[in-house]
Amino acid sequence: MVQTQVPTAASPAATAVAAPPDRRVGARDRRRASVLPYALLAPATIVVLAIIGWPLLQLVILSFQEFGRAQVFGRPAEWVGLDNYARVLADPVFWEVLGRTAGFAAVCVAITMVVGTLVALLLQRLPAPFRILLSVGLLLAWSMPALTTTIVWGWMFDTEYGVVNQVLRDGLGLAQFDRHSWLIDPMSFLGVAVVIIVWGAIPFVAFTVFAGLTQVPGEQLEAAALDGAGPVQRFLAIVLPQVAPILVIATILQIIWDLRVFTQIFALQDIGGIRAETSTLGVYIYQTAIAGGEFGEGGALAIITMLVISVASIALVRRMLRSDA
Amino acid sequence: MIGSRSYRGMTVLWCAVAVVIFVCSVFPVYWMVKTSLQPNSEVRTPELQLWPETLTLRNYETVLLDPGRTPFLPALGTSLVVTLSTVLIAAVLAFLAAVAISRFRFRSRTGFIVAILVIQMLPLEAMMVSLYRVLDGWQLLNTILALVLVYAATVLPFTIWTLRGFVDGVPIELEEAAMIDGCSRLGAFFRVTFPLLAPGLIATGVFAFIQAWNEFLVALVVNTRPDLMTLPVWLRTFLALNGTTNWAAIMAGSTLMAVPVVVFFLLVQGRMASGLVSGAVKG
Repeated sequence: MVQTQVPTAASPAATAVAAPPDRRVGARDRRRASVLPYALLAPATIVVLAIIGWPLLQLVILSFQEFGRAQVFGRPAEWVGLDNYARVLADPVFWEVLGRTAGFAAVCVAITMVVGTLVALLLQRLPAPFRILLSVGLLLAWSMPALTTTIVWGWMFDTEYGVVNQVLRDGLGLAQFDRHSWLIDPMSFLGVAVVIIVWGAIPFVAFTVFAGLTQVPGEQLEAAALDGAGPVQRFLAIVLPQVAPILVIATILQIIWDLRVFTQIFALQDIGGIRAETSTLGVYIYQTAIAGGEFGEGGALAIITMLVISVASIALVRRMLRSDA
Repeated sequence: MIGSRSYRGMTVLWCAVAVVIFVCSVFPVYWMVKTSLQPNSEVRTPELQLWPETLTLRNYETVLLDPGRTPFLPALGTSLVVTLSTVLIAAVLAFLAAVAISRFRFRSRTGFIVAILVIQMLPLEAMMVSLYRVLDGWQLLNTILALVLVYAATVLPFTIWTLRGFVDGVPIELEEAAMIDGCSRLGAFFRVTFPLLAPGLIATGVFAFIQAWNEFLVALVVNTRPDLMTLPVWLRTFLALNGTTNWAAIMAGSTLMAVPVVVFFLLVQGRMASGLVSGAVKG
């Protein structure tokens, strides 16, 4: 009999839910399947709804309300319709921040993707010991927390004792970098931030693209080489089409991450630099709502930011669903 | 012949480029550790000094033992409690949800998958505005529970998505075979499929660990009480108090915060990568 082999070690809960032994084995049981998956999903769903869903709803509500310091201390919030949005959109500072964020993200994404892809191609061409060496280096950079990374780079770019100034001055003989302040000029500040973010993001792109490159069939490349195709032609005609989906997904992810950037800019502002002239959207929302107490306006800002990011997100979700189907 | 020589020449060139990129990748980490091991007086010299002249552990002593205004050890304790609770909750909840999505076909299944992906895209930086208000309303500001809940909720979509790939990777036929041999459905699952999911659980656990350990914004906003700081917030306060005059101590603090993540990351990376690859390929 089949039952005799039923493991006796099964927990009470297991025996309670387990099917009676004479049931048809293997078929997905309809009746139980109608309840069980929902029961399994319930805990995660409840947590996510409470911590993300509910605040999201509150965010929408907040963005239509007058909600400043007075309301924090108990004054009822008034409905003001689209006032918050109108105020945000009429504020030149917002457009400045939006433009800065978009430009900053574009530069970060472009450099990260190009250099990351080149590093992936390099990894493919290296003999094993060098490939391992480079991989370890990239892993080390990848694993560093964003906050410590920012602080370390902030120290390296220090005006007085920073190693960057020392190398430029003593190593390359560029006297103008003696006590050069990297963070005081907004463009220079953002340049340092680009370095920090790109340094941390290249390993992800390099490894992801490298994994994609290993899937490209070698026979096709050899055949193309025999037919007289040069390395550039082979890359464009065979390799690129195969890794294109990976490149697209990685690019969209980078766009989303770089538009959301908070920690690196915020921490670098702690070290030096002028907040008002270097803030990106994430930091600007924090300054308006959390530090400034203007929750209504911050809510409108947050919704607008989400809409901006959702353009990239929707493209990504559609791709992931397509590859999932 | 010429072809093979130029091929070898190219390889040498590539290796040289690889070494340059390796140095660029490693240098900031090296510089952090190097500065942390030098006396601050030596750090504050204008000359370029690529190797430390004197090695000392005094900076670590300052960070670890000096109670001062920003004690390190309580922050470490808070970080450990928050991180480990997050990993545990996220692993259990994500596991249950992943099994549901992978092993069952039910109405609104596609809806769940879309929801998972969409929620993953929501910028927490924007959500903070109302999350702060909501947590305040629930009397959860300045509690460890708030951080655990927020971190668990934010890593869940990714962990469910990843684990689902791993569950998909275990063929249902294996379970069915065990059931023919007399296992109950649950028994088959826990005896056959569950052990095969270990790499997936490790990968998602490490992901949750790193996220919770590194998270800065929520910790900054939700916990304003000094005794409830997590390590990132502690590091920021430490940076502010030392006014960038004691870079040696700041680097020691940075190293202490980074080491667990880096070690964890490097140790599991190989398994994680192979796990992710095998998990992503459907059986």
